[in-house]
Amino acid sequence: MAKRVSLSGNEAVAQAMRQINPDVVAAFPITPSTEIPQYFSQFVANGQVTTEFVPVESEHSAMSACIGAAAAGGRVMTATSANGLALMWEMLYIAASSRLPITLAAVNRALSGPINIHNDHSDTMGARDSGWIQLYGENAQEAYDNFIMAVKIGEHPDVQLPVMDCFDGFITSHAVENLEMLEDEEVKAFVGENRVAPYALIGQEPVSMGPLDLPPYYFEHKRQQAEAMKNAKRVILEVAAEFEKLTGRKYGLFEEYRMEDAEAAIVILNSSAGTAKAVVDSLRAEGKKVGLIKIRVFRPFPAEELAEALSKVKAVAVMDKADSFSAAGGPVFTEVRSAMYGRADGKIVVSYIYGLGGRDVTTNQIEKVYNDLFSAIETGKYEVYNYVGVRE
Amino acid sequence: MPNLKELSKKPARLTGGHRMCAGCGAPMVVNWVTKALKEGDKAVIANATGCLEVSSFLYPYTAWKDSWIHSAFENAAATISGAEAAYNAMKRKGRIDETYKFIAFGGDGGTYDIGLQSLSGAMERGHDMVYVCYDNGAYMNTGIQRSSATPFGADTTTSPAGKVVPGKQQFRKDLTQIMAAHNLPYVAQTVAPVPGTKYMFDLYNKSEKAIYTKGANFLNVLTPCPRGWRIEAATELDVIKAAVETCWWPLYEVENGKYKLTYKPAEKKPITEWLKLQGRFKHLLKPGNEHLVEKIQAEVDRRWERLLELCGEKEIAKAEVAASNK
Repeated sequence: MAKRVSLSGNEAVAQAMRQINPDVVAAFPITPSTEIPQYFSQFVANGQVTTEFVPVESEHSAMSACIGAAAAGGRVMTATSANGLALMWEMLYIAASSRLPITLAAVNRALSGPINIHNDHSDTMGARDSGWIQLYGENAQEAYDNFIMAVKIGEHPDVQLPVMDCFDGFITSHAVENLEMLEDEEVKAFVGENRVAPYALIGQEPVSMGPLDLPPYYFEHKRQQAEAMKNAKRVILEVAAEFEKLTGRKYGLFEEYRMEDAEAAIVILNSSAGTAKAVVDSLRAEGKKVGLIKIRVFRPFPAEELAEALSKVKAVAVMDKADSFSAAGGPVFTEVRSAMYGRADGKIVVSYIYGLGGRDVTTNQIEKVYNDLFSAIETGKYEVYNYVGVRE
Repeated sequence: MPNLKELSKKPARLTGGHRMCAGCGAPMVVNWVTKALKEGDKAVIANATGCLEVSSFLYPYTAWKDSWIHSAFENAAATISGAEAAYNAMKRKGRIDETYKFIAFGGDGGTYDIGLQSLSGAMERGHDMVYVCYDNGAYMNTGIQRSSATPFGADTTTSPAGKVVPGKQQFRKDLTQIMAAHNLPYVAQTVAPVPGTKYMFDLYNKSEKAIYTKGANFLNVLTPCPRGWRIEAATELDVIKAAVETCWWPLYEVENGKYKLTYKPAEKKPITEWLKLQGRFKHLLKPGNEHLVEKIQAEVDRRWERLLELCGEKEIAKAEVAASNK
C-alpha cells in the first residue's frame, strides 16, 4: 500500500534510491543535488541498503565509476547538476554508446558562466544529444515516479540506455511537498531485485568493452544506438502503463492540459508547468481557449505525437528555460517547430526564453504569452523569437 | 625466487595478435603483471586510452583473455574503482562465487598527467585494486609528445631539441613518490624484465605483492618504447639496464610506509651510460652541452641520495663502517 508523505524532491529521489537498493551509487556533491548523495550515504551508514557508495573526487570520476560498475553488471545510480553534469560530458556519451543503463538524478541548475546555483535547464538541454533518455518532471511526485520508472526503461532488453530524471533545482529539489510513496517491496518488485545484464565484466565469460571502433563498424554501432532510442519510446509507454496499474498515476510522453478545443497553447517543461496550469485555469474561467503541453520525454523526442497534439491549435508558444545561442530560438522550440513541419503546418509557432539563472516566472508573464498568442492570431503580426521576464 | 620454467608454463593473458609496435615493452609488462595472478583467479582489467588500448582491442578483435574495459583517457582508475565496487556489492548479495582481481593499466600520459586526479581519488578511497603505470616517458600514442614523465633534455615532438632550446626543460615528476605520499599499502617502482639480471623477477614479485596485498596499490614500470626513445628494439633491454645501473630509475618499494631498495647497483654508472644509448638524447652529448649532462647527473645524484636516506641505506652504510672499524 502506498503512503502519503511530505518530502522534498531530493529526499523523495533519495528514498526511491533506497527502495531500489542499487549495487553502486557514485556521486560528487554539487548544489542543488547534493542532498541526494547525502541522504543516500546515511542509508548506507545505517545499513538500510547493501549498496557500495563511492564518494568520488569529481563528477567525471562519478560517471566513470558508474560506467565501470554498470559494465561489471551492477545496477548503478548517481545525481548531479549544472557544472557537475558538464564535467561528466565526455563520459555521458561513453555511457550511452556502451549501452549501459545508469540512472542519473539531474537536478536542473543554470550552467556557468557566470556561476549561478539556481534553476534553469541549460545543463540537461546541453546534454540532450549525449544519447541519454531524458525524462522531465513537474514536482517531487513526478521526480520520484520517473526515477523508479527510469530503472526499468533503461534496463529493458530493447533499450539498454542510461536515463536522466530531470527536475528543477530548489523549486522541486528543496521544496517539501506531499506525495505518495510506494512500499519498499512494491518498488523492488517493480524494478526487479537485480539488474539482468546481457553481458558483463563480472560473473560471465570474459568480455572486452570499449574498443577502438574504426570506420568499418563505428557507424553500425551508432545506428544500433539510434534504434535503441527509437525502441525507448515504446518501452517508456509500456513501463508507464505498468506503473499506472501499480499506482493509478498516468504518465505519457507528455501531458496535455485542457488542450481540447484550445486555440492558443504553451509547450513547457518541469515546474513552470504548474505555474502555467494556474494561468490556463484562470483564462479558461474567462472563456479563453487556452491549453498546455508539458513534455515529459524529451529524449527520445515525441515528434509525431506532439505534432498531432498541436494539430488543432492556431498558435503555439514554446517556452525554453535555456537558450541555445543559435540566435534562432530555444532548444525545445526548434525541435517542436521541426516536429510540426509537414504534420501540423500553417500554425503560428513562437519561442519564449524565460527564467534563466533562476529568474522567477510569474503568472503575469505566462498570461502575457497567451495574450501575445491571441494578438498574433487576430492581427497576424508577431515576433518569433522572444524573451520574457528580462530587462531589455 | 620464482621458477622461470614454471612461470613460462602459465598461459599469457594478453595473447599475440595485438598490434603493438615491434619491441614495445607494454605487452611484456602486462604479461608479467598478469602472470602474478593465481590460477583460478579472474581479473577485470581497465585500460586508459593509449598505445596499449588502441592496439589490443580493435573491434571486433580483442587480445585480452580477461574481462577488459576501456572508457576514456583520464579515468582508468575511476572506471576500475566502479567495477570493484559493483563486485563487492554483488559478492555481498551472493551473486558471484569467483574471486576477481582489479587491475588498471595506463601509460604515463594517462597516469602522470591527464589521469592524475582520477588516480589519486581511487587510491585514497582504498579500492582493492592495482594501478600499473607503464611509463615510457612521453605521449607515444599521439606521436611522442612530452609528458611530465619525460626526462630532462629529451627530444620530443612538443619539446623538440632546437638551435636555442635543447629538448625538454624540466626534470620529470616523481610519481612513485607522489603515490607513496598517499600512504598506500604497497607502492613500487620497477622495470620491464631484463633476463640475466638480479632484477629479472622484480616486476613479477612486485606484481604479486601488489595484487595480493589488500587495498589500493601502485606500480610504476619503466617500459621501453623504441620509437619514442629512438633506439633499436634489439638494444632496449640494455637501455633498461642502464636506467637501473645509473640510478636514473631506482628499483624500490614502499610497504606500509617503509621504504626498501630492492636492487642496489654494485657501482653507480655515470648518467651518460643511459643517455648515449638513445637517439632522443643525442644532442645532449654534442660538444658544448657538457653543462646539461652535468645538470642531469646532479639531479640524478640528488634524487638517489634522498632515496638512500628514505630506504635507511645511509644508516646501514654507517653501521657497516662502524662495524668494520671495530
